[in-house]
Amino acid sequence: MSQVTEYSDKVMDHFMHPRNVGEMENPSGVGTVGNAKCGDIMRMYLDIDDQGIVRDAKFKTFGCGAAVATSSMATELVRGKTIQEAMAVTNKAVMEALDGLPKVKIHCSLLAEQAIHAALWDYAEKHGIKIDGLKPPVNDIDETDEFCKMTDA
Amino acid sequence: MHKMIYLDNAATTRVKPEVFDAMRPYLEEQYGNPATSYTFGGNINNDIETARQTIAGFIGAESKEIYFTSGGSESDNWALKGAASALKAKGHHIITSKIEHHAVLHTCQYLEKNGYEVTYVNVDDNGVVDLQQLEASIRPDTILISIMFANNEIGTIQPVKEIADIAHKHGVLFHTDAVQAYGHVEINVKDMGIDMMSVSGHKINAPKGIGFLYIRSGVYIDTLIHGGAQERGKRAGTTNVPGVIGLAKATELAKTTLSARRDYETGLRDHLISRIETEIPYSRLNGHRTQRLSNNTNFCFRFIEGESLLILLDRAGICGSSGSACSSGSLDPSHVLLAIGLPHEIAHGSLRLTVSEDTTLEEIDYAVDQLKEIVERLRSMSPLYEDFVKKQEAK
Repeated sequence: MSQVTEYSDKVMDHFMHPRNVGEMENPSGVGTVGNAKCGDIMRMYLDIDDQGIVRDAKFKTFGCGAAVATSSMATELVRGKTIQEAMAVTNKAVMEALDGLPKVKIHCSLLAEQAIHAALWDYAEKHGIKIDGLKPPVNDIDETDEFCKMTDA
Repeated sequence: MHKMIYLDNAATTRVKPEVFDAMRPYLEEQYGNPATSYTFGGNINNDIETARQTIAGFIGAESKEIYFTSGGSESDNWALKGAASALKAKGHHIITSKIEHHAVLHTCQYLEKNGYEVTYVNVDDNGVVDLQQLEASIRPDTILISIMFANNEIGTIQPVKEIADIAHKHGVLFHTDAVQAYGHVEINVKDMGIDMMSVSGHKINAPKGIGFLYIRSGVYIDTLIHGGAQERGKRAGTTNVPGVIGLAKATELAKTTLSARRDYETGLRDHLISRIETEIPYSRLNGHRTQRLSNNTNFCFRFIEGESLLILLDRAGICGSSGSACSSGSLDPSHVLLAIGLPHEIAHGSLRLTVSEDTTLEEIDYAVDQLKEIVERLRSMSPLYEDFVKKQEAK
């Protein structure tokens, strides 16, 4: 786990003490991105008010330390923002806010950006609105139920 | 914080004080080059030969069949490349398994790029090589079968003698990578029919950078490291004298303690396995339940990812390892876990804990207590677990 030692203090802080972990009852928008096959799945919940302000954001992540830290930071960065401002939370912004990521973990920050977009897409669909520059999320989550020899205590 | 609990003995081990003490004079006083003709601080060549005898005796070999190398990777490279090159007139086909160490797999890939053909035999869900497929893969141009003695990730021990018998029935040379088995399992190269065997010192309390390749008398392979006439002209390079002495001392200790150590480690291992299986739901033991190394446990914990698990264990003072992609630096999880039939997403959540004779029951209990909390914590953050729970509730 050589790259673990390359994590910045901020990444470690957001991994050890992730902000806004959890689920949300009746979210304005929810999006899940990533692929279990590759070892990362992020789910982001957004609560957006009538003024189009992100009041709250929550996440759940299956993945490495960087995946957890980028999701945590992404929720922090979109809270209190307008939809257009949330759209501007790019993977670069997430990475910068975390004082950088090891090279092999940059894809985690992309996933965080995609998670925000996926949640916004869901919100736009539900409310019949169009958000400038927002593309439909690619969803290729692949979780197998077959796992015969698992203990099921 | 709790003191450090080292449960990664399959990765490497500590140099024992007795081993270090045996090596020390060869670092500080008798540092002369054994290839010179003066006697400087004693007869170093005699000491090297005594060390070679100790090692040969432990595996039922002749001392002239032991060739010191820099370790497991060099031994594997030498055995495969040396046999491939020496036997190219006979053929270009090699058989190995899907769960070999990268020192064998990547060497095979290199040979494939250079005109050789390699068959990678399947293993069953316990990680045991498919002997029928192995035998069926043998062709007239097959020159070598290389199957590891015991797997480094899941600890499964292969039926080495049966594999050797199959190889010899068809006149094929048999090499085994015994890096994880040496010092842990009784090995007699003659009884088992092993033609070549790779061993590394640092897995059994000797230092890093020393190992050997056993080459049965009558087996001729080409040289890998060219240069001086060391190791009977087969492996050049100034002999790593302290390493050789350390490896012999570690071998001597391993021989004396083998049976008691194995019983002790098996007790710890089975306690660890049983606690995890009863206390952590949705976990799966990887590897054979009984035909496995006494120091090895390997589990998958569903819905979580290995690197996260390792960081949190590290924070709790526990050193383990994982076959997740993130911990290996590649995109795919462990080839061994995929070969035993695990889906990618489950293979990502693996944890290997390997004990030693220094590990205590208390340490195991502390590790399981921490592990329980950590797995629970990561699952509470996992969208896969969330979906699973919702599905269960809907039923």
